[in-house]
Amino acid sequence: MMTKYSSTAAATLPFTGEPDGVTCAEKKARPVAAMLKIAKYVLYDILRNRIVLGYAAFLFASALTFFNLEGDGSKSLMSLLNIVLIVAPLVSVIFSTIHFYNSYEFIELLVAQPVSRRTILGAEYAGVGGALVAAFLFGIGLPVAVFAPDPRGFTLLVVGVLLTLVFVSLAFLAAVLTRDKARGIGLALLLWFCFSILYDGLVLVLLFAFSDYPLEKPTLVLTFLNPVDLSRILMLLQLDVSALMGYTGAVFNEFLGSPMGVALAYGCLALWVLLPMIWAERVFRKKDL
Amino acid sequence: MKKTLLVVIVLGLCAAAAWSRSLHAGPGKMGLREALAQAQPFDTVFVHGGEYRDTAGFEITRPLTLIGLDWPLLDGANRLQPLSVRSNYVSVSGFRVANSPSAGLEDYAGIKVYNARYVYIWGNRLENNYFGIYLSNCVSCVVTGNHLQASGTVEQTSGNGVHAWKCDSLTIADNFAAGHRDGIYFEFVTNSFIRNNHSEGNLRYGLHFMFSHNDHYENNTFYRNGAGVAVMYSRRVTMHGNRFHENQGSSAYGILLKDISDSQIIDNEFQRNTTGIYMEGCSRCRFEHNTFRQNGWAIKLQASCDGNLFTRNNFWANTFDIATNNALVLNTLESNYWDKYEGYDLARDGVGDVPYRPVSLYARIAEDMPYAMMLWRSFMVTLLDRAEKVIPSLTPENLRDDTPSMKAL
Repeated sequence: MMTKYSSTAAATLPFTGEPDGVTCAEKKARPVAAMLKIAKYVLYDILRNRIVLGYAAFLFASALTFFNLEGDGSKSLMSLLNIVLIVAPLVSVIFSTIHFYNSYEFIELLVAQPVSRRTILGAEYAGVGGALVAAFLFGIGLPVAVFAPDPRGFTLLVVGVLLTLVFVSLAFLAAVLTRDKARGIGLALLLWFCFSILYDGLVLVLLFAFSDYPLEKPTLVLTFLNPVDLSRILMLLQLDVSALMGYTGAVFNEFLGSPMGVALAYGCLALWVLLPMIWAERVFRKKDL
Repeated sequence: MKKTLLVVIVLGLCAAAAWSRSLHAGPGKMGLREALAQAQPFDTVFVHGGEYRDTAGFEITRPLTLIGLDWPLLDGANRLQPLSVRSNYVSVSGFRVANSPSAGLEDYAGIKVYNARYVYIWGNRLENNYFGIYLSNCVSCVVTGNHLQASGTVEQTSGNGVHAWKCDSLTIADNFAAGHRDGIYFEFVTNSFIRNNHSEGNLRYGLHFMFSHNDHYENNTFYRNGAGVAVMYSRRVTMHGNRFHENQGSSAYGILLKDISDSQIIDNEFQRNTTGIYMEGCSRCRFEHNTFRQNGWAIKLQASCDGNLFTRNNFWANTFDIATNNALVLNTLESNYWDKYEGYDLARDGVGDVPYRPVSLYARIAEDMPYAMMLWRSFMVTLLDRAEKVIPSLTPENLRDDTPSMKAL
């Protein structure tokens, strides 16, 4: 598996910090293999401290509770949506930041080895993101697969996974931007707070303040600038489509009502995973550890 | 009502059959126009498979039983009305009727009945007509088991499926209407039954009711019509066990009630409509044991309504349960099941101990600023809504259910 993919994937990766005298074949084979190897250790480390296991158990328990308490599938999905929008990002962002700072010594050790920094960061990301996504898929995915195996449930899972990855990216960004652990965690939390709570409040204030103006397009644009809002809208399109169809605005109906708009929303969410990570990688590459 | 009507018709037909003749029209036999001219009152005309076109359209002017064998086609060729009935005691069945023309002044229909009693139209297939079956000034007629299909695209150039104007004691049952302007249309029609019909994909309303009192409709399905169902300016209408599904759009309603009084809406099912029930100027109506599921707004209750009672209804997973346009509340909500209810039942009698307020603050905000719907279900908006529910300031304080049920009914 590993070797099968490594040659093609590695060919597209430029890499830095190579020690001299490495042959071309070795160059190609190494980074992804090394990344997976490091990611494996990161994953073992995460599994040992049990926080992710606890998170998975919490998600699983709450999902089961919602599905058993509410007789109706869509009501349970609405309750689960709140967990996906608030809890999953919060846990992801805090856990990733703390984990990054805690494995600083490990990272320093790795940097001394003939491995590029990009590989190290990628491995860390793969390990942490993989663990959190696995926890999410187990905790929410399993109950959803049993109780609500329909497009709505599927959308919830896709959105949840993407949102988890977005916030792991943001956490990594916060962690590489500051050396101080407290400030890093603070920054990560601030990002979560902004995207989950503050942003919507500000948009709401904006809508009220400028309610005399046509605000359709600005609202749409503002929504795309926040990954949590994007996820929420994608889920709204599943849960509240009857109400949204009553929405008189043509921009909205034409845009989000079409497969093109939905694809664009997912694309944007994917960008929200990539962009902070690319930024983080740039900072980390030049960072004085 | 329907039974006595049927008995009368059957008896009439039996009595007629006793001394009536049978005529056969069709390819190789006499023409249909000839047969209709030759037939004596209470004769039976069998029309064999084939296509029938006429220079003036076929007319039935005396009591006859017309039976189509192997689906004979009466074709209006988009120029004239295929079949007109101008007599009492007529039965028409087993025909394909197609292509009645659309016109501005005259309402051409596939089968049009003028000023008649005891006309029985059953088991026909009507295709691509302007109006399908048109009853004008009729009494005690039955339209049942017909299949009406048109492919209208614009309201102005398409007519209604089953259209009744100024009638009494009709039975409209087991019909299927699709692609017309209104599936079934009633204007000045009293004491009538509409039962087991299926109305789907019509341009405007699945069922449209105007000035029609004392009518009863039950067990019909209205699915994906342009604007749902409209019942207007009528008294004493009962609606039982109908299904209103997926009528979606900015002015689409499961059912639109305008100036309706003393009516009963019981055991109906509203599912995935933009608005389940929209009511304006309604008085003394009773809404009991209906189910509202996954609608945008389950009920839009305008302040012009008074004396209505909503009891034992089930509200499931609607985006908004009730919206209103004024703080004035002259209606009663009691003993409904609300899935959003978060109260408790310490007495364990199945009735919640704190009242439920079904009006959401955000529903009002979204009414003014529709684009604000984009923020629905966000943490901030949920918080706002919660705060408003605890201490109502903008939403009508009196619009509440004091005895919400803890379990679905």
